[in-house]
This record gives sequence, structure tokens and C-alpha cells, in this order.
Amino acid sequence: MTALLAPSDNLRRRKRWASAFRTLCAALTWFCLVLLAVLLVHATREGLPWLDVQFLREFPSRFPERAGIKSALWGTLWLIGLTAVISIPVGVAGAIYLEEYAKRSRLNAIIDVSIANLAGVPSIVYGILGLAIFVRFLALGRSVLAGALTMSLLILPIIIISAREALRAVPNSIRGASYALGATQWLTIRHHVLPAALPGILTGTILALSRAIGETAPLIMIGALTYVAFTPTGPMDAFTALPIQIFNWVSRPQQEFHELAAAGIVVLLTILLLMNATAVIMRQRAQRNRS
Amino acid sequence: MSHVTASKVEPQESPAVAADNAPVLEARNLTIRYGNNAAIKDVSFAVPDRQITAIIGPSGCGKSTLIRHFNRMNDFVQGVTMDGQVLYHGIDLYAPHVDAVEVRRRIGMVFQKPNPFPKTVFRNVAWGPVINGFRGDLQKLVESSLRKAALWEEVKDRLNDSALALSGGQQQRLCIARALALQPEVVLMDEPASALDPVSTARIEDLLFELRQRYTIVIVTHNMQQAARVSDYTAFLESGKLVEFGETDQVFTRPKEKRTEDYVSGRFG
Repeated sequence: MTALLAPSDNLRRRKRWASAFRTLCAALTWFCLVLLAVLLVHATREGLPWLDVQFLREFPSRFPERAGIKSALWGTLWLIGLTAVISIPVGVAGAIYLEEYAKRSRLNAIIDVSIANLAGVPSIVYGILGLAIFVRFLALGRSVLAGALTMSLLILPIIIISAREALRAVPNSIRGASYALGATQWLTIRHHVLPAALPGILTGTILALSRAIGETAPLIMIGALTYVAFTPTGPMDAFTALPIQIFNWVSRPQQEFHELAAAGIVVLLTILLLMNATAVIMRQRAQRNRS
Repeated sequence: MSHVTASKVEPQESPAVAADNAPVLEARNLTIRYGNNAAIKDVSFAVPDRQITAIIGPSGCGKSTLIRHFNRMNDFVQGVTMDGQVLYHGIDLYAPHVDAVEVRRRIGMVFQKPNPFPKTVFRNVAWGPVINGFRGDLQKLVESSLRKAALWEEVKDRLNDSALALSGGQQQRLCIARALALQPEVVLMDEPASALDPVSTARIEDLLFELRQRYTIVIVTHNMQQAARVSDYTAFLESGKLVEFGETDQVFTRPKEKRTEDYVSGRFG
């Protein structure tokens, strides 16, 4: 106590709190990681024996040894591809309009809140909307296109919000510099704002697409088929998707199908991992180009 | 923009005589408001051709607001309204037929913090002319602009390097070169040296002396010694009002107003 610079009681108490908080944070983090690891290991161990080229190349079958996920895999790729084509231009354009062009007004504030709310609406609600509008009203049927449009609705709020964040992070000094050189707003956005915001926009977009890839409920709602013995050849074809196929296998009584489901999960996770890795690489490349 | 001559005569090398020259820029009874808050109140003064006019005053007196009104950069600030006029060769910059983009092309601006684009040195200088439809030898234009900004010798081997790799002082001179590449008649500078160290500041000030032969310069500055050193004319603003405007020599040594005297002698601000 009396020694110079030795910790006082008060300091000891504060330090105990500091280390307790640190331990708590670490414990919770590891708890989540371990849980995730258990899931992954379990799925991999169950599914690995079934994972081979045949599994990727065969259509589903009622005989587990002949069943594959070809139609689901292709359905998912079609679905995500179309969703990206639809949602990225619309979402980024919306974000640019709201962030760069629209004046700050009460209407704009209401739109802000609405978009944030839409991001939290349960996906099944989007499924109902998709069923009513795309499947029935626009008579697109149970097509990949109807699925992709529904998925686009689902992830548009996420894309818009993340793209707006990225645009907002572009320093105003860059815009000022551009305008002061006699640039129009379009040129300023095209040459300076968008390139600076691109890494952030890419990250948000790919994360949003990753969410879409795992969504099941809206697809079931709009009537994506569970048993499909063909791959889509165009946007108007019927389709199934990986989560639906997995759901279908899990709900069967035979153990073999449960293991097939596990194998399907591994495939789905691999695609997710690839997409996220792409996001990281694209972001780093875009950032390197700018430094 | 038919009122404004499209191609300018090559500026004479000899410093122009200010007294009998028509003003390039003129504020006439200019009032600028943010919402209901007047930042500039009934300010009138004329910026003479090819001279350096300094705007000084304490923080928050409206210096930046005023200079940003000279090339319509305040258009981007929501809620700004104005009374009075800003004249450029007698043309009201805020008249309905005047295009703000065209105004900014002719009246360049250098900002407080160096803000080069995150592109190469070359592209920083070349971008403005390119988007404005420059037809000619771009290499030559970039070189001459960088020479005018006293930066060429330092960057001639680094034209394809990122501008962000330059030092702060070099970046600011690059921003000046970028503004000059558009061959403006007027260059507005909003505290161009306030983020720089003394050596870089001195280089910018030397540069101002050279530029003054070809360009009309309006400079906002916090630094009174700087205003006294570099400017020909000085406008002293306080709380949005123009307290005094005159030749720098007179404003600093024989101010007409007591408040000017207090300010320039360092009694406040």
C-alpha cells in the first residue's frame, strides 16, 4: 500500500473487473465457435462418406445410394445468379439515389426507417408476397425467375443499407475536389464516389447473396419443387434448391437420407465459403487499386 | 454562357495595375444564410484582377462560407439561401441561365486539407481537363501545370505513382496544379496551408507570388502574418460582416477601423 506506484485497493478492484469482463467476452466467443465447430464436424462426419462426384452428378432418387443433388445444386446456382443480376443493379442504384441525389427530407427519413424495417421482416412474409405477385399475379409460375425475384425482394434492403454505408464513408472532400474541377454529379459519382465505395458495396452484396443462398422458407412458399429430376435450362423452368433438398432428406425416416442431408449441408457450406472468400479477395483487390 | 469569352488571351507577364482594372469578382450586398442564420451579412467588395486578395477574420466569421460562394460550392449545402449578388466580370453567378458546373470550371478551388484523388499523380492533373473535353497534348498540359505549381521537379519520375504517396505539402501543390490544369482565371484557396508544416507553407506562399502574375487569387487564411506577407488586398470579416477592405499594406499598418487594428495587432481572435 505504501510502496510507491504499487496498486492501491481501488486499482486492484478495478483490475479485477477489467479481467472479469475480458474473460466473459472470451468465454462467450469460444462458446459460439465451439458450437459451430461441433455442427460442422458432425455434418462432415456424417456426410463425408456420401460426398463424391456421383453425389454431385446424380438427380435425387428414392434409393439413397443413387441419390444426388445435381438438380438442387444447379437450381441454387441459377437462383443466386438471377438474384444477383436483379438485386445488385436495383439495390446499388437505390442506394446511390438515396445517398447522393435525394435531398434530406421527412419522406427520405421515412424511407430510411422502412428499409431498415424491411431488412427485419421474416423471410416467409417475402415468400407470401412472392407467391401473390410473381407466381400468381404476374403468372411466372413456380419458376426460377419467380424465386429469384422473391429472393431479390428479401435481400434488397440489406444491399441498399450496406451500399449506403459504403457511399457515406466516402469522404466529402473527394466530392468537393471533383465538383471544383467542373465535374457534373454523374462524373463525380462514376469516377470518384463509386470506385471508393466499391469494396464496401461488394462486401455487403456478397453477404446478402450468402443469406439468400441459405433461405428455404420463401422458396417453399412460392412452391419450389422438392423432387426435380432435371436442371433448369432457362429462367422460366421449375427448380429446386439446396436447402429444400436438404430439408426434404432430413424429413425422411431412413438414416441414409439423413447422411445425404449432411453431405448436402457440406456442399452448401462450401459454396458459402467460396462466396465469402471471393468477397474478401475482391475487396482487397479493390482496395489495393486505390492506395 | 455567351457573355464570357470562351478562349482567354494569354495573360501578360507583367503584374497588372489593380486600381484601374475592372474587378474579376465582386460581392454586392451579399447575405448568405444557413436556414435563418445569416453567416454573411450585407458584404460588398471587389476582387481585383491578377492580385491576391486575402480574407481574414476570427474562426466562424464566415470566411469559408464566403469563398465557397464565389464558385457555387455552397450549392451542395442544403438550406443555404442568399440575397445580393456575386458578379464575375459583371455577370451574376447565381443568375438562372448560369451553369454552376461552368462556373467551377473557370473559378478553381483549393481546399483546406489536401484532397488528391486516390489515383496517380498524372491522372489527378489530367482528369479535370479530360472530362471538360480538352483536346491537345495532355502530357504537355500536365507537365506545365505541375511546373506552375512548382512540383514538376519532385514528381516527374513518379507520375504514375499514387498521389497519396506524396507528402502533405506535395499533395497540396498537386491540388493547386490540378486546379491550374483547367486554365482557370480565378483560383480560390480556402486556408491552403493550414494543414501544412512551416516549410511546406513557405513553398506554397512562394508559389502564390508566382501565380499572382497569371491568376486572380482569393485566399482565406487564419494566419495574419501570411495575409500580410502574400496578399495585395485584404478583407477583414467579423461575425459575417465586412469590417474593412483595402490594400493589405494599409489594412495592416493604418487600419481605418478600431476592430481591424485590434485584430491585426493580435489583441483578439
